[in-house]
Amino acid sequence: MKWGIIVFPGSNCDRDCAHVLADVLDQDVNLIWHGDASLGKLDAVILPGGFSYGDYLRTGAIAQLSPIMHTVQEFARTGGLVLGICNGFQILLEAGLLPGAMLPNVGLSFICEDVHVKVENAETPFTRHYESGQVIRLPIAHAEGNYHTDPVTLAALQANAQIVFRYCRADGTVTEQANPNGSLDNIAGLRNAAGNVLGLMPHPERCAEALLNNEDGQLLFRSMIDATMSGQAEKPATS
Amino acid sequence: MIRARIHVTLKSGILDPQGRAIRQSLETLGFAGVKDIRVGKLLEIELNQDDPAEAEAQLKAMCETLLANTVIEEYRYELESHPSRHSS
Repeated sequence: MKWGIIVFPGSNCDRDCAHVLADVLDQDVNLIWHGDASLGKLDAVILPGGFSYGDYLRTGAIAQLSPIMHTVQEFARTGGLVLGICNGFQILLEAGLLPGAMLPNVGLSFICEDVHVKVENAETPFTRHYESGQVIRLPIAHAEGNYHTDPVTLAALQANAQIVFRYCRADGTVTEQANPNGSLDNIAGLRNAAGNVLGLMPHPERCAEALLNNEDGQLLFRSMIDATMSGQAEKPATS
Repeated sequence: MIRARIHVTLKSGILDPQGRAIRQSLETLGFAGVKDIRVGKLLEIELNQDDPAEAEAQLKAMCETLLANTVIEEYRYELESHPSRHSS
């Protein structure tokens, strides 16, 4: 399976993703500079974490205007799998590939810690190796992860099972105390209506090998591989 | 040339924790009676443009496409020589 990881000025999790995919999961990985216009022939695209353009104006606001994003939009529109992690999630929101926006964390702090996350929808190309309702532990590292959208959009997200991950306690109960950043409805990750674009604030690439004592994130990448290899993810039109 | 100021603020109803923290700090300093503070951005912009109507159209397009995220923010702008004009 061929993966493309977009490198923006200020991306800093691009190589972590490439390491997990190439060295742990034996995947074919291309790092793609944001100024390029073409993705080449790919099965999936990752927008990695970091501080693209120094978070100027708003997180992800400048990155979404990078030349490559026009091609990523087209790739997503034709069914290609797009995964946005942390700053990548923020870019997907600013680009309109996912609904809503990020606000600063309610506590105003940059939060770097492991959190418990509940898999709310295990029937997506990103989560099929998890169980529905499974509680996993993933690291977060962000200052703007307080997801917000209007009530009508939230109702649609809930009705269409677009909320894929929610912050929860270790026992899986979703409570206000388990919400690290004030995110609406404890949302940690969501997908688009078509189901081929996922954004999440936690970092699955930082917990995807035994050496790090946590492999909970690896199943997300394995899910995408499985979905692609079994032909259940649509073949995108790449250029 | 036309100069303008663009104000971008969080929509009413959206919690502004930064504003709240500043209000609490003012209270600590003895400034009682501050009911609320909202923190926003001020952008001062110079346009190679002499037509106020055209300038306003440009400013509105800039705000809608980049300068404000209308999911969470609202904006208004004023031209230096036409301070009463605004939109959001």
